[in-house]
Amino acid sequence: MTNDVPRQDRERGLAFFAKSQLLSADDVARAMKRMAHEIIERNQGVESLRVVGLQRGGVAIAERLAALLTDISSSPVEASALDVSFYRDDIGVNPLKESSSTTVHGDLASKTVVLVDDVLFTGRTIRAALQALTDWGRPAAVQLAVLVDRGHRELPIRPDFVGKNLPTSRTEQVRATLDGVWLGERSDA
Amino acid sequence: MSLRGENLLTLAGVSREAILEVLDTAESFVEVNQRTIKKVPALKGRVVASLFFEESTRTRLSFETAAKRLGADVVSLAVASSSVKKGESLRDTIATIDALGLDAVVLRHKSSGAALQVSRYVPHVRVINAGDGLHQHPTQGLLDVFTVRQILAERQGVQGAETGGELFAGLRVLIVGDIRHSRVARSDIAAYTALGAEVRVAAPGTLLPSDLTGWPVTVVEDFEEALQWADVVGLLRLQNERGTGSFVPTLDEFTFTHGLTEERVALLRPSTIILHPGPMNRGVEIDSRVADLERSYMTRQVANGVPVRMAVLYLSVAGTKELA
Repeated sequence: MTNDVPRQDRERGLAFFAKSQLLSADDVARAMKRMAHEIIERNQGVESLRVVGLQRGGVAIAERLAALLTDISSSPVEASALDVSFYRDDIGVNPLKESSSTTVHGDLASKTVVLVDDVLFTGRTIRAALQALTDWGRPAAVQLAVLVDRGHRELPIRPDFVGKNLPTSRTEQVRATLDGVWLGERSDA
Repeated sequence: MSLRGENLLTLAGVSREAILEVLDTAESFVEVNQRTIKKVPALKGRVVASLFFEESTRTRLSFETAAKRLGADVVSLAVASSSVKKGESLRDTIATIDALGLDAVVLRHKSSGAALQVSRYVPHVRVINAGDGLHQHPTQGLLDVFTVRQILAERQGVQGAETGGELFAGLRVLIVGDIRHSRVARSDIAAYTALGAEVRVAAPGTLLPSDLTGWPVTVVEDFEEALQWADVVGLLRLQNERGTGSFVPTLDEFTFTHGLTEERVALLRPSTIILHPGPMNRGVEIDSRVADLERSYMTRQVANGVPVRMAVLYLSVAGTKELA
């Protein structure tokens, strides 16, 4: 479980300890497939879609989603990766987040961007992502797909496609990957 | 220990983890510098003063570009047309600029220790040393190790950040030239050794520091043999403004014993990387044709200056001090 904790987090002694598993890998696979169908239904195809995963947790999910969209529609969909560390509104307030790589494929101007993240919580990462996206041009529309919506929004942001709605308390931690979804706590030990 | 919320005065004693954090962050900024819109709002509204009491082209441009691409406002002091020429002291100059409301000072000064001194004058401002006398030039050291990691990672077809510091384990680095007067050498040696590289230095005896005790380096006896040994050759500029001229009989003599000539380049292994912090004295420490070889990465060093300095400013100014 802790094997997929990013190297920088491991070195800083941050690790996630799971209390209970809420979704299995199969549950996640089914939810992902449903979301892919919903995205195609809503957009009547994939022609003008750009799938953008948010670092770090959203990238693997975006890649799976892009693969599913490719399978269903038989036309190639590529996933981009976006790191929003430098756009966050808590820079200078909270400890800096470790930054990751950004790779945006193609022009986003006049395309429909599907932002993908693992867990939707306060909505602040999505706000930062919306700001970052404008640096690649003006998208025709932006939609939001998340594997888990755990509530506690601090901004007027809502997802368009949700794998699973999960009521949580503010202090709990959620880990959502393609291998499953866990509820737990973060330890700095 | 991390650079977050701290001054960057020296690389001496800076931990491997702190250096890797800068390198990993800089890698994210490389991508920002390749975008059409090369700007992020990370330091929006922050004020960075660029104070160069010594002439500089690349370091100054590089720092100011870095600050602007982070969204900061840059206050720049041109010493030639400032009150410094009327004899204003460093302390008074800093106090005057600080009154404008500063978040960071980027300082270059001919006196060793100037950056430390300024950090005591204005403890609420982050101080980034852009070169102080013969002492340190930390961002040059960081961009040199960043460039080396980037090149070695590219050869393996991976991103530098994925490799952490492992590419430096046992890496053989040869630093050549005016070690005595070089703040670049001091910062480079600290950075390379913190990451686990082995550093040797080659220079005429007069251009070695009078006391090498405590330096984690070996002095090379046979320059030609050391060239065959090295994975990285870091050249230094002969610094006539610091009196190097009187430490060697003639520049030709230096070129004859320690210049990187075409004959000597033939001794290098095919994979060996050549670096030079610039500005180069073509024909003195490096042959002009050697400087233009594909394995000479000077333009890459300059290009990497901006993302590395963005990382330094970002971590130092926006970061919060770590407890304990």
